Amino acid sequence: MSTDVLTLGKALNEGLRRALEDDPKVLVMGEDVGKLGGVFRVTDGLQKDFGEDRVIDTPLAESGIVGTAIGLALRGYRPIVEIQFDGFVFPAADQIITQLAKMRLRSQGAIKLPVVIRIPCGGGIGAVEHHSESPEVYFTHTAGLRVVACSNPADAYAMIQQSVRCDDPVIFFEPKRRYWDKAPVDRSGEWLPLDRARVVNPGSDVTVLAYGPMVKTCLEAASAALEEDRSLEVIDLRSLNPLDIDTVLESVRRTGRCVVVHEAPVFSGYGAELAARISEKCFYHLEAPVLRVGGFSTPYPANRLEEHYLPDLDRVLDAVDRVMEW
Amino acid sequence: MTIDSARGAPSTGADDASGTPEASPELIQLLTPEGERVEHPDYPLDLTPDEVRGLYRDLVMVRRFDMEAVALTRQGELGLWASLLGQEAAQIGSGRALGERDMVFPTYREHGVAWTRGLDPLKVLAMFRGLSNCGWDPAEHNFHLYTVVIGSQTLHATGYAMGVQRDGVLGTDKAAATIAYFGDGATSQGDVNESFVFASVFNAPIVFFCQNNQWAISEPLEKQSRIPLYRRAQGFGFPGLRVDGNDVFACLAVTRKALEAARSGQGPMLIEAFTYRMGAHTTTDDPTRYRLEAELEAWKLKDPIERVKAYLVRNDLADTEFFDEIDAEAKQYAADLRRRCLELPDPEPMAIFQDIYAEPHALISEEQAQFAAYLESFETEGSGS
Repeated sequence: MSTDVLTLGKALNEGLRRALEDDPKVLVMGEDVGKLGGVFRVTDGLQKDFGEDRVIDTPLAESGIVGTAIGLALRGYRPIVEIQFDGFVFPAADQIITQLAKMRLRSQGAIKLPVVIRIPCGGGIGAVEHHSESPEVYFTHTAGLRVVACSNPADAYAMIQQSVRCDDPVIFFEPKRRYWDKAPVDRSGEWLPLDRARVVNPGSDVTVLAYGPMVKTCLEAASAALEEDRSLEVIDLRSLNPLDIDTVLESVRRTGRCVVVHEAPVFSGYGAELAARISEKCFYHLEAPVLRVGGFSTPYPANRLEEHYLPDLDRVLDAVDRVMEW
Repeated sequence: MTIDSARGAPSTGADDASGTPEASPELIQLLTPEGERVEHPDYPLDLTPDEVRGLYRDLVMVRRFDMEAVALTRQGELGLWASLLGQEAAQIGSGRALGERDMVFPTYREHGVAWTRGLDPLKVLAMFRGLSNCGWDPAEHNFHLYTVVIGSQTLHATGYAMGVQRDGVLGTDKAAATIAYFGDGATSQGDVNESFVFASVFNAPIVFFCQNNQWAISEPLEKQSRIPLYRRAQGFGFPGLRVDGNDVFACLAVTRKALEAARSGQGPMLIEAFTYRMGAHTTTDDPTRYRLEAELEAWKLKDPIERVKAYLVRNDLADTEFFDEIDAEAKQYAADLRRRCLELPDPEPMAIFQDIYAEPHALISEEQAQFAAYLESFETEGSGS
């Protein structure tokens, strides 16, 4: 097995490079993805090696980027679109939700739309407004899209390539504050399927569900909880639509307790869906209600306040305490 | 509009946007409303008598098809219909200019273009009957799905054209142009303007074909633009022109030339086909609330079919027998379509779950199984077991 220690950003970069090498129909497009290599350098060096026709610096128009990516897919290409920041995806919402998600159905299965939309998401980097949002549920709520979130370099490397090979549109969330995290990357190609969750820390007392940037926070919470003899089973959901509910249910039936953690506001958030499904399927196994830890029902605050807004280790442990003491 | 204002500096005022096309040298016309052939130095067009008779047949057939669809809607057999009445020449002229490899991105009103591509009109009827959310294979006739949200398809068309460009076929015998249809209202949409930007900076092989039918439901053109629409192209860096949209010859010649330019790598062009929506926006609309009968009467005199008929008669290219034959064929065609439309079966309930994803999807499978079991529970009850 060929492994290397890479940052999450570099792992994505290498994953994109593999995808471009493997299939001449793969394209990378977005704002500043060429010479600059993207504002987070995720596409660094790709234009130099694959040319301007395959790594395309686009005009600054998100709807235009996604709309033309759809057209390129209709002509047989596999575009990977970069939306520069989470808060900039909304100008493209119509093309994603109304066009990209529904076009296959509208053709009664005649066409495929293998378009990947990469979105750096979440807060914690001290950014100005519109640069720290977690818009995942707008897309998980839209049939026709697949929504995934990577949390670590190994998954970043594998999941971006799996997303590119997928014949459906994939919304690919990247945890921007974890871009610089380092970990070994498995280049073997023998990876967990894209739509499967992974138990990242086995445990027996409480199931903690997370994805993207919150996985690391929950792993830290699991280490801290051990000091109090509490064993947290942390599951990285990885795929939000479809959801690997079986892995979740198996765990909750064992632990009887569950906490869901995400950066997005709790109200109408992804945790609501998880809590409802777990209540329905594990009703008699539950020792406590499913609790949710997330952002407040407010706009994302100015960055001097974000540490209060974002779930952290203590807020996760607080919820763990509450489900344990219910 | 005066000749000076048309040729000179950008003129002012809303009048200029709609104007009176006859008075304007901007308007490319090869066949007058009276059926008189006029020459244009940039658009020579040699059509054989058979070709002209063919165009006449196209125009009559699509109008008859459209009429039948309106009738089906009135009778409750279709949920809605967007009539092309008055726009037949713009659609047949541009549609007949297309090569086999060219790709069409229509709105929901391009029934005439669909006809030129050989799409089974029943598929269009099925959509408006509520049996599908469209439901054809765009690759089969190089005719993309109808797009309902205004202007979205112009970006798909531009992306497709960028794909053709990347295929490296421009300038070869495998070259393909893309044509994006849209209306006057759509020119206000961000997506249309973004598609102009993308097409321009990438020099994509695309023809933007705007049917300016003067009305976006109830809003007249002056609510969309203070300058003639074709002039917008200049600001984006590619040529634009205005053609008499009720003149099938001019629409054919102008579109043919624009497509050829695109295929040879000369980039995008905007064609504004100046026409008129003779019917309602859709069958749920009531134009008497917002426009004057006199306007409609004025446009009746510019009818796209009558002028071809006049040309054929004037030049002894067709006799009464010919016109009667076409009318009979159209009548038969409409009756046949009506019969086939009424025979279309409703989809099975489980069709809700089909064709959403290309690859297996756990949630869809789960809900599909649940719903199937639910439906089955009624059957079990009904059977008394």
